[in-house]
Amino acid sequence: MNVLVYLIPISIFLGGLGLAGFFWSIRSRQYDDPDGDANRILTGDYDDHPKP
Amino acid sequence: MSEVQISACPACVAAPAAEEAAHARDVRDTRFVLSLPAIYCAACISGVERELTKQPGVRAARVNLTLKRAQIEADEDVSVDTLIGALTRAGYEAYELDAGAISATETDKKGRAILTRIAVSGFAMMNVMLLSVAVWSGASDVTRDLFHWISAAIALPAIAYAAQPFFGSAWTALRAKRLNMDVPISLAILLAGGMSLFETMESGRHAYFDAALSLTFFLLAGRYLDYRTRSVARSAAEELAALEVPRATLADGTVVSITDLAKGALVRVVPGARVPVDGIVVEGASELDRSLLTGESLPVEAGVDTIVSAGEVNLTGPLVVKVTAAGEDSSLHRMADLVAMAETSRNRYTSLADRAAQIYAPVVHLLALFAFVGWMIGTGDVRHSLNIAVAVLIITCPCALGLAVPAVTTAASGRLFRSGMLIKSATALERLAEVDTVVFDKTGTLTEGKPELSNLSEIPPLARGVAMALAAGSAHPLSAALYDATRAADVTPANVTNIVEVPGQGVEGKLNGETVRLGRAAWLGAAALSQTATYLKIGEDAPVAFAFVDHLRDGAAEAVAALKRQGKDVVLLSGDAPAAVADIARRIGIEAWDAECLPETKALRVGELTRSGRKVLMVGDGLNDTAALAAAHVSISPASALEATRVVSDMVLLGKTLEPLGEATQVAVSATKRIKENFNIATLYNLIAVPIALAGFATPLAAALAMSFSSITVSLNALRLRGKS
Repeated sequence: MNVLVYLIPISIFLGGLGLAGFFWSIRSRQYDDPDGDANRILTGDYDDHPKP
Repeated sequence: MSEVQISACPACVAAPAAEEAAHARDVRDTRFVLSLPAIYCAACISGVERELTKQPGVRAARVNLTLKRAQIEADEDVSVDTLIGALTRAGYEAYELDAGAISATETDKKGRAILTRIAVSGFAMMNVMLLSVAVWSGASDVTRDLFHWISAAIALPAIAYAAQPFFGSAWTALRAKRLNMDVPISLAILLAGGMSLFETMESGRHAYFDAALSLTFFLLAGRYLDYRTRSVARSAAEELAALEVPRATLADGTVVSITDLAKGALVRVVPGARVPVDGIVVEGASELDRSLLTGESLPVEAGVDTIVSAGEVNLTGPLVVKVTAAGEDSSLHRMADLVAMAETSRNRYTSLADRAAQIYAPVVHLLALFAFVGWMIGTGDVRHSLNIAVAVLIITCPCALGLAVPAVTTAASGRLFRSGMLIKSATALERLAEVDTVVFDKTGTLTEGKPELSNLSEIPPLARGVAMALAAGSAHPLSAALYDATRAADVTPANVTNIVEVPGQGVEGKLNGETVRLGRAAWLGAAALSQTATYLKIGEDAPVAFAFVDHLRDGAAEAVAALKRQGKDVVLLSGDAPAAVADIARRIGIEAWDAECLPETKALRVGELTRSGRKVLMVGDGLNDTAALAAAHVSISPASALEATRVVSDMVLLGKTLEPLGEATQVAVSATKRIKENFNIATLYNLIAVPIALAGFATPLAAALAMSFSSITVSLNALRLRGKS
């Protein structure tokens, strides 16, 4: 059972990474226009030259 | 804005000259916000953005599809009218929004705070659940204690942070000596956390950390759904308020805010503009469209000394108006008093959720107390009794109740928003579901308030060509309608020269040396028809009449038909003349109608219907409908209505069509049904779970399973509403 000493901190750390990622996505306003983002991937406008 | 922004704009990359021009001038950041009610797809986004960035002076444009809105950064000399014009030509409906009124909603701090709390409680819930699964599947002794301690270390700080909204709300309610849904919630979370910590210290077998966390998580999710629905509605409502940019042009050409206007100031009102203040005409002659205030569809003549009211639309000639009342004192605002009186009657409605909470909170507290007292008498063991009381509190958790209403209203209002209808009031759907009588206003609601030429086929070809040429020279709505109709019929305009508009009368020109006139009957010496008409006189020939009917709003007939199919009584109340109202009623298929109604009459009629036990839905747009809208059980107005009117309405139609009305009532009925079903599901689950908890057989595993199951069933049931659309 000694393996728990590693596994539990690792699992909590990985979960924490996910949480931090979610915080980052909230801060960078990625939930302001969900419908728009869902549709924007369908446009071919910037396929050849990415939006500057 | 910074230089980075300037060169970051795609249009400037495409046209380096524009970038140079932008550098050359001292650029101040002019920012426009446009409302785009009709956009819905990827092609719309790139179409609008491309069209906007193509305009000279526009540096960047970004469309937000969720809010159906575009934000534009542009040079100062760019006028918003050219942008709107360009979009309209490209086929996108667009309106200017008051950027000041909008900016408040831009930073959605509250929504983000809830999301952050959801994330924290979700993260903690999953980690604690992992450890709990190990305990449930048989970890014992030191391992179990270690797992409980780790759970406590994760759960307690997470609860302290994530459950704050519930604690705050419960504390406010308790201080006001009331009980709300958040009191049992807070109690359950706190007791579960505290009891589990105690059990952990005592090496007990059961800890409810995961239950406390999942309770927080599910309830926050419900809270967020509720918040989203309201914030979408609120931002769109603010958007509608922002549609009326409160500006007035003074006689010397300076543009000022309406709030800065004093009595006696001279205000210029150009043709096509809305009169911003109450006042007296001191210069100019024109015609005024009063339909928003009175429901009359015919324009009224205006000259020096005519009294005008805020909200009327100037049609033909420029007017200079001396202000007699502005802002708060104007007739627009006085109407609000009528509304305030009618509003109080509606506030008595208690929503289903409130009614459920009123029953739920005391029952839960009594049950928990009963369990504690009962087990104390039976066993005398405080720890055990408290454990059971906590289990009861957790197991009767209002998870399902907390999700029951928000999940349904989110699904329903999302569906209605997509079909162009905005729900402003939280209880509007429930009230709409009860409606059995629908009262319509005519001008501006069933009709667009726009005339349509009805007798083109009876008019001789020469007159058609001449009328078309003359009509092209005027912005009057009848001229515009005449021009559109003749153009649609492929009429070639006659070669009329020297066209001048005679304000308040009509248009005059020369055809082969002869005077030709298009305008009012009195001006031409023609006998006036009983319906809306304009008259054409060529030389000394007898005048020719062009008759108009009011153009029906898109979807009006469909909406009325759909409502009648659902077995609702449809009534038409209008301030217009009987002939015009009868004509519309016949075309649209309404048997019960009344004409020449004063604003008070409309409110009175709605009141009578209500007293006779009817639940009235009022649909109207004019200021004369405002009192009736407020008096009705539930009310809807189109986006073209005045702000005062939209404010009292529970729902607003965003697009031009009335068609969503039929769907709205159906969705409302099924939404209310779903809410009740959800309450039943929650009750059923409690009927099974509570006896088990009372008997002392509930384990943390059972609580977790029951909680998740009920929450998921309730959400799935709500999702059925999203429908096929």
